Amino acid sequence: MSLLELKDVRKTFGAIEALRGVTFSVEAGSAVALVGDNGAGKSTLMKTITGVYRPDRGDIHFAGVSIVGKDPGEIRQAGIEMIYQDLALARMRDVASNIFLGRELTRSVLGVRLIDAKQMRSQAEAMVARLGARIPSVAQMTGQLSGGQQQSVAIARALTFNPKLVIMDEPTAALAVREIEHVLDLIRTLKARGIAVILISHRLTDVFSVCDRIVVLRQGEVIADDATRETSMNAVVAHIVGAADAQRQ
Amino acid sequence: MTSAPTTAASASWRARFTGGGAVRLESLVVLAVLCVAMAISSSAFLSVSNILNILLSTSVFGVLAIGMTFVISSAGIDLSVGSMLALSGVVGAMLTSDLDLPWWMGILGCLAAGAATGAVNGFLITKGAIPPFIVTLGMLGVARGIALVLSNGVSIYGLPPEIVWLGQGRPFGVPVPVIVLLLTALVAHLLLAHTRFGVHAQVIGDNEGAARAMGVRVERMKVLIYTLSGLLSGLAGLLFAARINSGEPTAGLSYELTAITATILGGTNLFGGRGSVVGTLIGALIMGVLQNGLNLLAVRPFYQQIAIGAVLILAVWLDRINSREGWRR
Repeated sequence: MSLLELKDVRKTFGAIEALRGVTFSVEAGSAVALVGDNGAGKSTLMKTITGVYRPDRGDIHFAGVSIVGKDPGEIRQAGIEMIYQDLALARMRDVASNIFLGRELTRSVLGVRLIDAKQMRSQAEAMVARLGARIPSVAQMTGQLSGGQQQSVAIARALTFNPKLVIMDEPTAALAVREIEHVLDLIRTLKARGIAVILISHRLTDVFSVCDRIVVLRQGEVIADDATRETSMNAVVAHIVGAADAQRQ
Repeated sequence: MTSAPTTAASASWRARFTGGGAVRLESLVVLAVLCVAMAISSSAFLSVSNILNILLSTSVFGVLAIGMTFVISSAGIDLSVGSMLALSGVVGAMLTSDLDLPWWMGILGCLAAGAATGAVNGFLITKGAIPPFIVTLGMLGVARGIALVLSNGVSIYGLPPEIVWLGQGRPFGVPVPVIVLLLTALVAHLLLAHTRFGVHAQVIGDNEGAARAMGVRVERMKVLIYTLSGLLSGLAGLLFAARINSGEPTAGLSYELTAITATILGGTNLFGGRGSVVGTLIGALIMGVLQNGLNLLAVRPFYQQIAIGAVLILAVWLDRINSREGWRR
């Protein structure tokens, strides 16, 4: 049984069929790339997995349990974390608050649950140090950090709560070359620890260097789902843009 | 929003003076300058009785402004607080005076009327997906209209002495509304700054999509936030009615202006994300001192309206300049 199984997942927005019956699965400890042109439905599909959208039809099973209809908080609780392309950070709050966003630590004072900012800061510090991220202080306002540092905060948040699956939406799009290597190493580390990864990326070199399988999405449908070693850059590009176009090149 | 490069120096300078919170240093300076100016121009200003007077007149719109702080922190707005105040006061007066119910039913009626109206706001904003500005502008008319219909447009006199005490009592010389304001502020401060509810309210104002993606139940939160604003409007309505010993359908006219101004003056970000109850208290005091000062200087009340409106515009303008300090978006 796979860790994540999608069966015939469909989603429409008004007249637009964003997902037209998507079926694929992800094994524990493996990295699956999800590639496709802009508007192919990648982000919609991921937001359907994380509970931001609810599918119109189809099944999504995670660790053997259906997660359709659960809200984003419950799905995070189940062990799926996502690093959003826009990072989904509260930029007027400090780094520690962002790492614990939605899962704030509390302590009971006279029966009232108050946020334990001290505990959150010390745990956030430990997490940031473990990732080797260069963030001056976890008490710093997140909006004042550089793009790469903000990325680190989003990554730290995704990894703090022992996820079983981490979805990354274009995690390298805004990064410098050295930082990209860092993210790719991170994906390898996660795999080695048995954590599954779904990587959405336009950079096929990244995809080929870390992913075990490559799923190509076009117009809301899976049109290719191959092991990385059994496909090629050209074949993937051909699938992304449509085979007919590729043959002319 | 403006997004000029961050000047880390100015940010840390601010953080040092405000303890990293959202209390705006400028608002304390404004309050101090205002007080000094008033003390110089009027000998009556610094008397104990006048200071208690200021606190007393601040208490009603101060309670409204505390609710407004939660709403604006979440990037919303509540224009209906003045009307909810009037409706609550009328309901409380009718229950006790017309229906002869006990005093505590009157208090519960006030609070329930406010909370229920606020909850309707919240449901229309979330389930109806109507912008808060429109919903609460509509409710400004509807709640005021219901207050007028219920009361036939006339004041309802004769509240039970227990309720009147809430408005006119002075244990140890301190007016009860002032005590109620301070207790409300204390609880609200803990709620906004130190609980998940308060932090989530601010995160919704900061980045609603992020809040939702991270598991914050945004719709439920918004209903609760507008219900809280309604509940506090009900409390303000209770204090108002108790003070004048009647349910007054025209009470609290244009109080939304005062409450919003006090909130913004206190450093709560007009576009959401950061709010401070302590700041709002300072903002409300600025409004109270301003009104009191204009009264002492015998400025005609018409000019007070002009002053309050001008202060609101000025405060937002200063905020715009300040926010060039900027957040990367």
